[in-house]
Amino acid sequence: MGMQSQDIIRRSATNGLTPLPQARSHEQEVAKLIDVSLCTGCKGCQVACSEWNDLRDEVGHNVGVYDNPANLTAETWTVIRFDEREDEAGKLEWLLRKEGCMHCAEPGCLKACPSPGAILQFANGIVDFQSDQCIGCGYCIAGCPFDVPRISQKDNHAYKCTLCSDRVAVGQEPACVKTCPTGAISFGSKAEMKDLAATRVEELQSRGHAGAGLYDPAGVGGTHVMYVLTHADQPSLYHRLPDNPHISPIVRGWKEWLKPVGALGFIATLAGAFVHYMGVGANTTDETPPPEPKSKQDNAEHDPNENGRDA
Amino acid sequence: MALGRREFLKGAGTCVGGASAIALGFAPPKAFAQETRQYKLLRAKETRNNCTYCSVGCGLLMYSLGDGAKNAKPSIFHIEGDPDHPVSRGSLCPKGAGLVDFIHSDGRLHYPSYRAPGSNEWTRISWEEATDRIARLLKDDRDKNFIEKNDKGETVNRWLSTGMLASSAASNETGLLDFKFARSMGMLALDCQARLCHGPTVSALAPTLGRGAMTNNWVDIKNANVVLIMGGNPAEAHPVGFKWVMEAKIRNGAKVMVVDPRFNRSAAVADFYAPIRAGSDGAFLLGVINYLLTHDQIQHEYVRSYTNAPFVVREDFSFHEGLFSGYDAEKRSYDKSSWAYERDAQGYAVVDPTLQNPRCVINLLRQHAARYTPEVVTQLTGTPEKDFLHVCETLAATSAPDLTSTILFALGWTHHTNGTQIIRTAAMIQLLLGNVGMAGGGLNALRGHSNIQGYTDLGLLSLRLPGYMNLPKDSQQTLDNYMQAVVPHADEPGQVNYWHNTPKFFVSLMKTLWGEHATPTNNWGYDWLPKWDRSYDMLAYFEMMHQGKVNGYIAQGFNPLAAMPDKNRIRESLSKLRFLVTMDPLDTETSNFWQNEGTYNDVKPEDIQTEVFRLPASCFAEENGSIVNSARWLQWHFEGAKPPGDAWNDGHIIGTIFTKLRALYAKEGGAYPEPVLNMQWNYRDPEDPTPEEVAKEANGYALADIMDDKGKVVVRRGELLPDFAVMKDDGSTASFCWIFAGSWTQAGNQMARRDNTDTGLGTTPGWAWAWPANRRILYNRASLDVQGRPWDPKRQIIAWDGQRWGGADVPDYPVTSPPNSGVGPYIMHSEGVGLLFAGGDKLVDGPFPEHYEPTETPVLSSALGKTALRNPAARFYADEKPRMGDPAQYPYVATTYSITELFRHWTKHSRINAIMQPEQFVEIGDKLAGKLGINAGDMVRVSSHRGYIEAKAVVTKRLKRLSVMGKDLDQVGVPCHWGFKGAARKGYLANTLTPGIGDANSQTPEFKAFLVNVEKV
Repeated sequence: MGMQSQDIIRRSATNGLTPLPQARSHEQEVAKLIDVSLCTGCKGCQVACSEWNDLRDEVGHNVGVYDNPANLTAETWTVIRFDEREDEAGKLEWLLRKEGCMHCAEPGCLKACPSPGAILQFANGIVDFQSDQCIGCGYCIAGCPFDVPRISQKDNHAYKCTLCSDRVAVGQEPACVKTCPTGAISFGSKAEMKDLAATRVEELQSRGHAGAGLYDPAGVGGTHVMYVLTHADQPSLYHRLPDNPHISPIVRGWKEWLKPVGALGFIATLAGAFVHYMGVGANTTDETPPPEPKSKQDNAEHDPNENGRDA
Repeated sequence: MALGRREFLKGAGTCVGGASAIALGFAPPKAFAQETRQYKLLRAKETRNNCTYCSVGCGLLMYSLGDGAKNAKPSIFHIEGDPDHPVSRGSLCPKGAGLVDFIHSDGRLHYPSYRAPGSNEWTRISWEEATDRIARLLKDDRDKNFIEKNDKGETVNRWLSTGMLASSAASNETGLLDFKFARSMGMLALDCQARLCHGPTVSALAPTLGRGAMTNNWVDIKNANVVLIMGGNPAEAHPVGFKWVMEAKIRNGAKVMVVDPRFNRSAAVADFYAPIRAGSDGAFLLGVINYLLTHDQIQHEYVRSYTNAPFVVREDFSFHEGLFSGYDAEKRSYDKSSWAYERDAQGYAVVDPTLQNPRCVINLLRQHAARYTPEVVTQLTGTPEKDFLHVCETLAATSAPDLTSTILFALGWTHHTNGTQIIRTAAMIQLLLGNVGMAGGGLNALRGHSNIQGYTDLGLLSLRLPGYMNLPKDSQQTLDNYMQAVVPHADEPGQVNYWHNTPKFFVSLMKTLWGEHATPTNNWGYDWLPKWDRSYDMLAYFEMMHQGKVNGYIAQGFNPLAAMPDKNRIRESLSKLRFLVTMDPLDTETSNFWQNEGTYNDVKPEDIQTEVFRLPASCFAEENGSIVNSARWLQWHFEGAKPPGDAWNDGHIIGTIFTKLRALYAKEGGAYPEPVLNMQWNYRDPEDPTPEEVAKEANGYALADIMDDKGKVVVRRGELLPDFAVMKDDGSTASFCWIFAGSWTQAGNQMARRDNTDTGLGTTPGWAWAWPANRRILYNRASLDVQGRPWDPKRQIIAWDGQRWGGADVPDYPVTSPPNSGVGPYIMHSEGVGLLFAGGDKLVDGPFPEHYEPTETPVLSSALGKTALRNPAARFYADEKPRMGDPAQYPYVATTYSITELFRHWTKHSRINAIMQPEQFVEIGDKLAGKLGINAGDMVRVSSHRGYIEAKAVVTKRLKRLSVMGKDLDQVGVPCHWGFKGAARKGYLANTLTPGIGDANSQTPEFKAFLVNVEKV
């Protein structure tokens, strides 16, 4: 049961007429578990990510906080978010969260992407951008409930964390996981990460963090990057981590309803035109003779959603 | 054919339809292109190394272009952690993870360059020209200013007008060459970064426990039940070592407590945080001692058997109003004769095991600490009383024999005029709790630079020799005088008193320094060592420089303009040099001190007549060698690529200059040439000694067959020494640094060992090699009672098998001394026990610790009543007095520190780290910011009486307003990382603000507590 093979299970803007290879499907999903209760915000993950992926962002500015770079960019695929919070009893907490792609089981980016093959989802759960296929439309950003992808100002392609698919492909853990000094980031099969999370949540609850819990939001089918949160009852405390993330209704409406309807409309129009052509025939003109009648054919049998893994 | 309108429309329609169909996904999938990026390390050459930044010593895997074939020129393109390394286990912090950008920094120097007096530019010169010229400058200055005899006619053979800073990031092998180079010429002003960081640790721990080093090791932290982090911030300064704090918390249920002026990153994951006023840690810790003694929560049996609690102190020892007996106000020093034990007829110290004698150490300590009530502590420290008591109670619980607390500290305790005594207080707490020698206990000094431990071990400090021996002073005119002074007399019968072996270590050192020239008839070349009259530590030497008494200075891997306090004054001092030589991989502020950088360095180059040689050095990745981590592990690393351009290894630079200097002396003669010419420098290539031959020299050789007591040969002539136990004082052994003996033996390079087997409690004796004798937990005999039973069976690390001691760790004890033998576990002390009372000459400011205020303090009358407010034995130059500010003008307490993303002033040269913290900032509490109208991100000016810096304001809840002596007090945080060179945005050197005064015992500057004002600009 490998976890590292890059078998594609979803591909952006691609129907299922020719199904993707599925024979080797007995594959485990991987996951990264980020335990915010162990994170010191050291940014080792930020550096390891940039170093491994050969990214060097601009040398920016200090804007009065520790967060630097100030936001995700096409050249910064993960950032630590620092939030200070005083609870009702006046106890100070420094809430630190590594932000980056969550590798959703139902990726909104992939659903929204109109460029065939620009976004892939692998059987192990990794959602990877093929930036050379990207047309820079930015729909992935609109589709992402976590506001993660970024369009490069240099090349107009979208970028985000790959979960180090190149490392995972050869059996290594992602760079951020390996480097994490405190063990706040773990990597393994999704099942094992959920078990680990349960242990951690239990320990945190025993230390008096009643709200501790796992963040693996169902609204996007669960994620392959999960958090152990000290306040899992209030995810938004952690720099606006969505309480209940889901793919935007507009993207869903467009991709799940409008697009098939549009396709059907297109097919129906085409079929109607053909039927009309067969039944009525072409207009004759002086320049060309009328065509000979041909045998009847129905293109409409090809329902675009019949075998489609994605609309 | 002709295209009619209809054909055109049909064709166009088909195209649009087809395109739409494709867009809608009807097209068959293309053959997929590369789905993932190619894995880039597949056959790249992998080289093992250790991180060059902090003292955790994380393992690195460096990947370079090519697979190692001769025809491929390796260039390191990726570095990640070594998963086999027992401490780092594959992790690297943001500094280590970004090392590849340090190696390839735009700030790396590629060729030697020269700045002429008064010039405004660098010019490229050849190595030949540079080294010729430097050798000539050194010789001319030495010949002119060498002092053979002092005013009293004593032979001193010292040279004071040129000094050297050695780099604590360089390897031990470079350090050995530095020592020989500097001392052969008679230099006394030889110092390394230890002077600016952990000097007080050595000054505190050696007199208390016997050795001045971290007692346990990084992995062992996981065995603790309580972790007190105070005077340090390991999550930021030692992030990967901090892994084991988290392990203690997760796997051992440990309680982690942080006491710090700032709620820092360590506090972010701790169970408990208490704020404290910077500079008041001594009062806090003395309050803990008072708590433990008044609540009788100490490990009684341990204290009675393993400390000097029962020793009886002389009647004339006293303490009154902040001063110990013997104080001379004029000299600002003590006559320490009363700081001593009562002696019996045989001259041994009087001991009262019943502890009834009121002059017993424990009773005097109880009386001494009684003034530090919780109320007094709260008034002085600003720590809320309930928080202080929580820390006391949590620590006190570990007085139980089967519970331990560990204390982790670093520069937050050392950087005070009272630094040594703060650390000593903490060590005393651990002795009272019975936590020293225990797995999961100890006093863990988290050292700074990657090899600062090694440079301390090698004695690269003004008044030191290798292996914690002292350089002789001018009154010690003969070897006998010296030995009488330094070899300790037995305080108690039957103790190991290991320093009685000093003559063996000293003579072995002399045989390494002078080779065949060291003979019994010339006292092994004793006269060739320079003799000191006073300390030439960095503060003292820059004071001399400021007075125009210094001509030349060599800064190897050291950036004193950025690292020393009171930067503007340091710049004035450097401007008075005739010549400055820097050896560094990077273009430092120091080498460019004469350049006008606007407000960041406002000088007129034409007024500065110093000639400067900027020599490009290799970095860690471009050499073989060993460095010593904080846990005393000597780890060997390997070269992964060649230095860039025309840069040389440090050993090559030192070797070449020294060889040229010797040639000049051989040819021309000059001032006292003997030590220069007699210094043993028998390397295959004297201009470029190899690390391997130097490492073996540090370990040492037998110069004749060495026999045991029964006359059996144990080491043959010419063989490497197996350990320091075989050393002799008759000239038959040579070893540069006795504590390193065993690091490279006949069995090979022990420092390169990679067996990470855990022999128990996280001990990995097969990984690298630790001094002394590969022991991983110091004083481990103290983890068992006198009968040899472990205080806590779960923590048993050594055991007596009926004939010998053995176990998971190497016993720090004579292996054949049985239980109940009466031999104490603190084998370096003549008493055999840990010292709650450290009498004699051990400390300059008192045998018990006392809280004294920082030189700049907001507290003008102490809660302790009538007392000496500031350390009465701290050295204070008259010139410095006008540079000190008062609280009326500078109402806020400031403290400097490091943050996780950056290491000192290096990583601003590494692009990837510059991205993580691109611009200078200071931290200001939200209440103070509100009062001053400062918003996050505003530019603010922070000024002290010595200068100002301007930086962005990080406004935070994490800096609390405190109540100190009944008044509100705000503190300001000043990270110390930016400057006018590097990849980050230009900034001010933060040490513009800090005061030029040092710890009374070690002259380590008071960077951690001073007064400032803050304004919005």
